Amino acid sequence: MDGLILLFLLQDGLTNGAIYALLGFALVLVFAVTRIIFIPQGEFVAYGGLTFALLSIGKIPSTIWLLLVFGIASCVIQLWRTRYLLTLRSFIREIAGGIALPLAVFFLIRMLARPDQSAWLNFLLTLAIVVPMGPYLYRIAFQPLANASVLTLLIAAVGVHLSMVGLGLVFFGPEGLRAPTLTDISFTLGKLPFTGQTIAVYAVTLALTGGLYLFFDRTLRGKALRATAANRLGARLVGISVAGSGQIAFALSSFLGAISGILIMPVTTVYYDTGFLIGLKGFVAAIFGALASYPITAVAAIAVGIIEAFASFHASSYKEVIVFMLIVPVLLWRSLYAPQIEEDE
Amino acid sequence: MSTPLLSIADYSIAYGTVEAVHDIALNIGDSEIVTVIGANGAGKSTLLNALMGVLPAAGQVRFAGDDIARLEVEQRVELGMCLVPEKRELFASMTVEDNLLLGGYRVSADRRRRGMDDVFRRFPRLNERRRQLAGTLSGGERQMLAMGRALMSSPRLLMLDEPSLGLAPKIVAEIFRIITELRDSGVSILLVEQNARAALRIADRAYMMELGLFTLEGRAGDLIGDARIAESYLGISE
Repeated sequence: MDGLILLFLLQDGLTNGAIYALLGFALVLVFAVTRIIFIPQGEFVAYGGLTFALLSIGKIPSTIWLLLVFGIASCVIQLWRTRYLLTLRSFIREIAGGIALPLAVFFLIRMLARPDQSAWLNFLLTLAIVVPMGPYLYRIAFQPLANASVLTLLIAAVGVHLSMVGLGLVFFGPEGLRAPTLTDISFTLGKLPFTGQTIAVYAVTLALTGGLYLFFDRTLRGKALRATAANRLGARLVGISVAGSGQIAFALSSFLGAISGILIMPVTTVYYDTGFLIGLKGFVAAIFGALASYPITAVAAIAVGIIEAFASFHASSYKEVIVFMLIVPVLLWRSLYAPQIEEDE
Repeated sequence: MSTPLLSIADYSIAYGTVEAVHDIALNIGDSEIVTVIGANGAGKSTLLNALMGVLPAAGQVRFAGDDIARLEVEQRVELGMCLVPEKRELFASMTVEDNLLLGGYRVSADRRRRGMDDVFRRFPRLNERRRQLAGTLSGGERQMLAMGRALMSSPRLLMLDEPSLGLAPKIVAEIFRIITELRDSGVSILLVEQNARAALRIADRAYMMELGLFTLEGRAGDLIGDARIAESYLGISE
C-alpha cells in the first residue's frame, strides 16, 4: 500500500467518521435525556437523504404526507392527554405545532419544489420536513411510556424502527437514490483531492459539534436537558418538563439524522433501509462512550470510520463484520467496569 | 378565616393497593411554618411527594383556592410550590451555579438574577463554591444548595423533607434559622422532621403523624409540652 492510498483511506474514513460522530451524539443525547436506545436514528438519515434527493430532481417527496399524519396524531394525542388542563393558550400552541406547522411546510414544498431549485434551499426544506418528525414521534410512541424500563423503551424503539423502514419503502420505493453535491468546489492538496462535499462534511460536523457544546454549556434549555439526564426527579422538581426535554432531544436527533443523510447523499446510494446500518455504526461509537460521553463518542466515531475504510480496502466483503466486531471487546471491558446507569423510576 | 394557601381534605395516598396515608386534612396559611412530625414510615415524605405531584393521590387539594389535583409537577412549581426532597436530588454533575440557575427555570431572567443574589446573601458558602460541581459538596452544603435551588423559583410554599437529616448540629441550627427568616419574609413552610423538638421550636403549628393518620394537631407551643410524650415513642432525646 503506498502513501497516497493510505491518505485516501484516511480521508474516506474521516469523512464517514464525522457522519458517525453526529449520529453517535444524537444517540447519546437521546439516551441520556429519555433512556431510549434510539434504534430508528438511522431512519432519519434515510428519510433526510431521500427527501433531499427527491427535492433536487424537483419531485414532491411523499414524506410531507407522513409529516402531516405525524403532526395531527401527535396533536390529537396531546390534546386528549391534557384534556382536563387545557387552556386557550395551550390549545392554540398544540394546533400551531401539530397542524399549522406541517401544513405550512406542506404548502411551502408544493410551491418551491422545482428541478432547478438551489441545493441550499432544498437542504432547508428537507430539514423542515424531517426535523419535526422527531418530536412528533416522541409524543406518539414514547411519551406514554416515559416511566417504562429501559428494556421496554428499547423494544418500542425497535418497533418504531421497523415501522419507519416499512413506511420508507412505501414512500421512497425500493430503488436507491443519489443527490447532487451541495457545492462543486474541489481542489487538491499535494496529491490528495478534496471535494466540496468532503469539506462540507468536516465543516458541518465541526460547526454542529461547537453548536451543541454552546447549547449545552451556555443556554438554560441546554442546561435543562443536561439536568434531565443527570437527575430526572430533580429536574421535575425545579419545573423542567421531562416530556418537553424528550421532545427537544428528539428534535436534535432528527436534525442531526437529516443533516447526516443530506451530507452522505452525493457519495453513497441511499435506499429506504440504508439508514439502519449507518445508524448502527454511530451506535458502535456511542457504545464506546458508554452512551454517556460525547468526546469519547466523537473519537470512537472517527476510529470506526477509519477502520471501516481500511477494512473495505483490504477485505471488503468483511467490512461490516470487522466494524461491528469492534463492539465486542468494548462491551466486555464495559461489563467489567460497569458504570452505573440510572435505572430508577 | 381567609383562604388558606394550601388546604387538603379527605386526602389519601396509596402505593398500589397499600394505602400509606388515609383521609387526612391539613391547612397552611400565609407566612407560617407548619410542621408534620412523626416516626419513620409514618407517611410524612409520602405526603410531601404527593402534594408536589410526584405521587398520585386521591382527595381534595387546593393551592391559593385553586384545585390543583390534576396538575403536573412543573405546573405546581409554576404556581409557587416547591419541594426540597429528603435525598436533595441535585444535579451532581453540574456546578453549584448551574443548579441554582435551573432552580429558576420557570421564572424570568431578571427574577433569576435577583434570586441568585438573594440565595448567595442567605448562603454565602454557596457563593464561594459557585464553580464547584454539586456532587463534590459536603452534606451541609448540599442541603443549602437544595434549599437555594428551591428558593430560586420564588416559592410561596416551600416544603422541606428532613432538612436536618445527617447534618452536624451547628449546620442544623443555621438551616433552621434560615427557615424562620424565610417565614418572616413571607414564604409559608411545610416542614417534615423526625427531629420533633427542633421542628416544634420554630414552627407555628404542628401535626403529629402516625401510620398515615394525623393523631394530634395544634399550636407548636402547646405541642412542645406534649412532645415529652412524643419523645417517649419517637425515641428522640436531647
